[in-house]
Amino acid sequence: MPSLLLKTSTRIRQGLPAILSVAAALAAWEIYVLVSGVSALVLPAPSRVIGQIAANRELLWANTLPTLQATLTGFAFSLTLAFTLSVLIDFVPRLRRALFPVFVISQTLPLVAIAPLVVLWFGFGLTPKILLVALVTFFPMLIALVDGYESTEPEIEALLGSMGASRVGIFRRARFPSAMPYFFAGLRISITYAVVAAIFAEYVGARAGLGIVILNAKNSFRPDLMLAAVVISSALTLALFGATALMQWIVLGWRQAGAGR
Amino acid sequence: MSALELSKICLSLGGIPVLDSVSMHVAQGEFVSILGPSGCGKSSLLRLLTGALTPDRGEIRVGGAPLDERSRAFAFMPQRDALMPWRRIIDNVILGLEVQGLGRMEARAKVRPLFAAFGLEGFEQHYPAQLSGGMRQRAALMRTIVQDRPVQLLDEPFGALDALTRAGMQRWLESRFKDAHWTTVLVTHDVREAVALSDRIYVLSPRPARIIAEFEVPDRRPRLGATLSPRAIRLEAELLDTLLTETGD
Repeated sequence: MPSLLLKTSTRIRQGLPAILSVAAALAAWEIYVLVSGVSALVLPAPSRVIGQIAANRELLWANTLPTLQATLTGFAFSLTLAFTLSVLIDFVPRLRRALFPVFVISQTLPLVAIAPLVVLWFGFGLTPKILLVALVTFFPMLIALVDGYESTEPEIEALLGSMGASRVGIFRRARFPSAMPYFFAGLRISITYAVVAAIFAEYVGARAGLGIVILNAKNSFRPDLMLAAVVISSALTLALFGATALMQWIVLGWRQAGAGR
Repeated sequence: MSALELSKICLSLGGIPVLDSVSMHVAQGEFVSILGPSGCGKSSLLRLLTGALTPDRGEIRVGGAPLDERSRAFAFMPQRDALMPWRRIIDNVILGLEVQGLGRMEARAKVRPLFAAFGLEGFEQHYPAQLSGGMRQRAALMRTIVQDRPVQLLDEPFGALDALTRAGMQRWLESRFKDAHWTTVLVTHDVREAVALSDRIYVLSPRPARIIAEFEVPDRRPRLGATLSPRAIRLEAELLDTLLTETGD
């Protein structure tokens, strides 16, 4: 029990600088708005933004759900695609040379232009959102997986070969687990783009979602409500980031064991 | 009948001759070392045996039958321990059994009683990163032995250890070998190690490797820890001399 207490207090002490710097930035903002007397139509104070979240909680909640759905569906699609392709590329190296240029080009496309086109082609439903989230999040995960397989220790592969393991057996027992640390690095990068991509897709054309809240608030000159939606979207991203960190902690538990020495 | 017999093995890699008519034999329960300078083709020889390469000419027979892909006669221990950092020690040890198709629970039950003999009792659930170099090497050796293959192939198993740990491991291996009589082929460039552990020693020339000498080590075991007999000291000197003069540099 004392060790748990100690751990918790260490956590708080480690988190303290981050909490302090965020709090300081918010305090400076609040004081500036108070002192300068700037209109809330230009720069609302943090307290006003929080007030808006409370006042519009039903509207925000109703529009958070579609965004969350678009993010998670798009991300799940992207993850499945990245994993499937990474395995194919690992077994058929020639595919890498055929496909990678296409993927690299896909990453050079400006979202501002692609998003309206995808909406034009696929309508206001879930499909364009899934595609845009996938477009943004797919590549980091694919790269992480493919490079991760390549990082496998050759001696471990030679050992498995000497034991009579097949290529599939070597992939399953050595290459895939070797890629996991890389994969989680890619996953953490991807997940932070996912919510932003979903909101952008909504902004360009949707019936509901945080992107729509932001669009409507902008059109009715309500920066306080815009920022309220921004806070929700940040919280969403942080929650997803936390979930991947937790998953990593569970899957890569062996790494903590090594660090404990 | 020999446990392992190589007759006139020739091998070229990328047009460069690596092995030149290499013949050797290993009897049941015998500990044979292959001693040679770095880069002489020792690893290629091992890769021939584990099936990663096939010879251009010559024949490999295991227990009298020709070696083919399915015979799986060798349990291989690579230079570095090659333990999987994401598997617990017990699950590293059963790797070969799993590849053979044994269920995880069954394999664990089979290896659990052996942990004491390998000095790893109580470390079954640890991860490799939590173990010392010597313990990791013992776990790697255990992973080799539990595969229950006719011949153990050890590729410079102590090369990556510090001098003190290496000496401890050599003593430990000697005592284990004295009781267990595992048929073993040890590849090394450490003369003292070869003399201490082997029944017989083959000396390889630089590339393309030929067998340039064969020595018996008649000393009684245990040899390590006791003072070396004059005969063993002479043998060590002779081996070193062969390696240094015959191999040219």
